[in-house]
Amino acid sequence: MTELPITPAQTAGPYLRIGLLRNLIGSDVVDPADPRAVVIRGRLTDGAGDGVPDGMVEIWQADGAGRYRHPADDREEIAFEDGFRGFGRSGTEDDGRFSFVTVKPGGVPWPEGGLQAPHLVVSVFARGLLKHAVTRLYFPDEAEANAADPVLSRLTPEQRETLVAVPEDGGLRFDIRLQGPAHTTFFAV
Amino acid sequence: MSVDVRPFPELVDAERTGPDPPYDHHDYVGTRLRAPKEPLVVIPSTLTELTGPAFGWSDVDARDADLTHQHTGEPLGERIVVSGRVLGSDGKPLRGQLIEIWQANAAGRYAHEVDDHDAPLDPNFTGAGRCLTDDEGCYRFVTVKPGAYPWKNHPNAWRPNHIHFSVFGRAVTERLVTQMYFPGDPLFPYDPIFNSIRDEKARARLVSTFDIELTEPEWALGFRWDIVVGGKDATPLEEPHDD
Repeated sequence: MTELPITPAQTAGPYLRIGLLRNLIGSDVVDPADPRAVVIRGRLTDGAGDGVPDGMVEIWQADGAGRYRHPADDREEIAFEDGFRGFGRSGTEDDGRFSFVTVKPGGVPWPEGGLQAPHLVVSVFARGLLKHAVTRLYFPDEAEANAADPVLSRLTPEQRETLVAVPEDGGLRFDIRLQGPAHTTFFAV
Repeated sequence: MSVDVRPFPELVDAERTGPDPPYDHHDYVGTRLRAPKEPLVVIPSTLTELTGPAFGWSDVDARDADLTHQHTGEPLGERIVVSGRVLGSDGKPLRGQLIEIWQANAAGRYAHEVDDHDAPLDPNFTGAGRCLTDDEGCYRFVTVKPGAYPWKNHPNAWRPNHIHFSVFGRAVTERLVTQMYFPGDPLFPYDPIFNSIRDEKARARLVSTFDIELTEPEWALGFRWDIVVGGKDATPLEEPHDD
């Protein structure tokens, strides 16, 4: 099979808000009135610990039952959740803060069998990031699933800690540190 | 349940990212406090990475693809058509892809409060567009050619004319945000963002081509630019060189 050479990435720059943070895609993955709704708040910070004010965070996830709204997830035994796309975007504010309203997804399969612990894919775009950075968010009330998770269990305790959100104000807190002490673990995808 | 605690076979040095630029590119000052410095952790592609958001016709308005008709009057500048195809690295055209673009106006000024370049705003130009690709993977925008503009990266720093593009691909592995440039730009040798891509052929893939077939008589110049998306599995770490 002929492989076409891929188009390389470039930074989203400081003005991404113009093109990417208009009315199409918001930070509410589910209706905030949904009884299952979880508020996730966090701060995107740079190597000096300062907030990144001109960034954007995207999340992608399975629905509450663990099914992705995508043809590659062909597990028909799990019904799609009506109206659930599983994708959200939040710009960052002056102090680097972002937030989402979503639901905890169900577990999704690991290629070698079993389930992964519930998680979101979290992607970060900003001036100064020549390519977006990708990480995962795991849930603190899933200690058993997290301990058995095939991704988390291969990481060091310090790396794991950066990926598990912490309870705060009735929701979850998930900070993303691009550099420096306790920097977030990023993945090659 | 037993947990397999073998380490993953590889970490990818953040500097080795195939045709993509490295995160850490010292000449681009904005990377210094923001570029991830540690090796990326490689994980197998699971359903999480092999899926991604999809969009439909209900998400876009046909008028979103014409950046020259979003206000009461027409923007100043050189009207252009920008069109091309979105393909997977397997050569398949990607239909129904949401493409989002943003750009400076013809004078080189963004409609954004942070842009303090001393060039006029254009009340008839926001500089944002989106569309879905058709069944052949084609997209088409009508806009004005963005101006070059100074930035404060280094003394006398100017960005080449460019349009920002965002594409989702079929999965998380294919997500791409990049910039399209115009042929023959004299600023290429001086731009640390363009030159953050080390391979000359890979850089060239960001440069559109003037296309007389796309050019509309008495109306607008046409520029063609194809986008190829692909994940790490489809991407050799080193570009094959055929010379």
